[in-house]
Amino acid sequence: MSAVEPPTWTGRLRTRLVAALPPEKLLPDSQPSYMASWIYVFGVLTLASLMVIIGSGTILALKGPGWWHFTGVGHFFNSIHLWSVELFFFFMVIHLWGKYWMAAWRGGRARVWMTGAITFLVAVPCALTGYVSQQNFDAQWISTQAKDAMNSVGIGSFFNLLNFGQMYSYHVFLLPLAVVALLVAHILLVRRHGIVPPFRLEETDTVEPPGAEPRVARTGKSLPIETAP
Amino acid sequence: MSRESRRREDESYRSWKGAYRRYDIVKEATVALGVVTGLALLFTILFSSPDLAPSTVKSWSRGDPVDFVTTATTELDGSSESASYGPPYNTGTGSVQHLWFIHLQQWLGISHPVNSAQDFVLTPLRSLTQQPAVQQAVSSYTSAPTKTQMGWTSSYEKALADARTTSSDGISVKPGDYGPLPTMMTALLTFAQSGGLDGALLTSRQFYETDYTKSLLFLADGAVLTNRAQTQHLLGNQWGIMNETGSYPGQVWLWLYTFWYQIKPFSTSPNGDIDVMAVMLVLSLAFVMIPFLPGVRDLPRRIPIYKLIWREHYRAQRSGPA
Repeated sequence: MSAVEPPTWTGRLRTRLVAALPPEKLLPDSQPSYMASWIYVFGVLTLASLMVIIGSGTILALKGPGWWHFTGVGHFFNSIHLWSVELFFFFMVIHLWGKYWMAAWRGGRARVWMTGAITFLVAVPCALTGYVSQQNFDAQWISTQAKDAMNSVGIGSFFNLLNFGQMYSYHVFLLPLAVVALLVAHILLVRRHGIVPPFRLEETDTVEPPGAEPRVARTGKSLPIETAP
Repeated sequence: MSRESRRREDESYRSWKGAYRRYDIVKEATVALGVVTGLALLFTILFSSPDLAPSTVKSWSRGDPVDFVTTATTELDGSSESASYGPPYNTGTGSVQHLWFIHLQQWLGISHPVNSAQDFVLTPLRSLTQQPAVQQAVSSYTSAPTKTQMGWTSSYEKALADARTTSSDGISVKPGDYGPLPTMMTALLTFAQSGGLDGALLTSRQFYETDYTKSLLFLADGAVLTNRAQTQHLLGNQWGIMNETGSYPGQVWLWLYTFWYQIKPFSTSPNGDIDVMAVMLVLSLAFVMIPFLPGVRDLPRRIPIYKLIWREHYRAQRSGPA
């Protein structure tokens, strides 16, 4: 028996995962000092909205798609579901705008932005399939109108807005799964790379000569601030 | 700024070597969940949610029998929207769209076959086996030459323009040479008003059914959905599917998609849908790829909104090194 056993696949995977995302990064109890603005709360509010959506949607799914039409409790949970969706998009749009104006893709964070943007794009059909699964006039109108756009690009041949069964499956399983998977990837990337540092004022307010060495706070101390002219 | 200096600057933002402060991320998430739950509860108590009952073929045929019979006649002669739609329903060309040489709608073919005359009129009438007169009328119609059929439906559609509803929810049409159509349409109307046609349109090879394609296409060919949508500000020129019944926010996140339908050339183009989808595809790709798009990615640096976002950080820096 050799002194050093060859690493197992499991061991290798654990080593890689812990190296990429050690516990103190995954669940940190400190944040960079610049994280002091209300704009930062909209990310977690988006996440909280998704949790309420999934919670209320799970109750609606447990009772079946027709339940909310003929019971007060069902209508109550449908209303919770609707308003949490509205809040989800509201918070997510503010979050996205905030991250845009921070240029939050800097410093190797492009994938963080891209997963966030794709989450928004996938959430749109997730909501649309919910609207056409309502089994009311709204569902009738939206499905018959939106079908033309889907058909015009061929999507309608395999994604039929007029097929309640198919839309319901997409709405309660396939698309939420995609949204949650993307969100998990997005959050893990945020935790791995950290939130983007602020622009350095001197670099944004003056034109840096080509090839000049960027002024980076290598010592851990902040650079002195220069007031914009 | 050269590509190399941009790369080095970007690299300098990779990690933060400045000060940190205590931050309870789990507490933040818990508070956020409480806030969102509270807001959702508040909006639920204040505004509830809309639930306007769906239209049925039964309610449509009772509420507007003339429109129902007119629509059924256009299904029979193939002049309705769904009868001439094209893929994915049939071989028509009425709603087929393309972009330059890209004919995706035709390339993907017919996946949900719909034969309007058979599915919406003839098959339901053939199911009324206890009515010999109706079966005779259907046989007369189907065995007649196409030219004769078109003559009957054309005359009947003209007469229907001046038809009126009778006190018993039937229709009154001035006398003319309509062949067996009056017998067929009276039977179909009665069948629809009893609720039978709603079930017949859902009938398939299996007991369970969740596909409403045929029912919805038939309803959409009539005026019933459009009339209700107009009163609910849901028409295309009213920002369409972005809205919701009642005074609810609806799918406001679709504003940009819906916007294109309000302006030319999209609003008047026979290929408006695929044009809008193409524009949205390009914009969506650009949205995802912002980090790599010169100009768009540089705007945040040029427009100093970041100074507002990080004002505490900059203020702390001004007051002295950390």
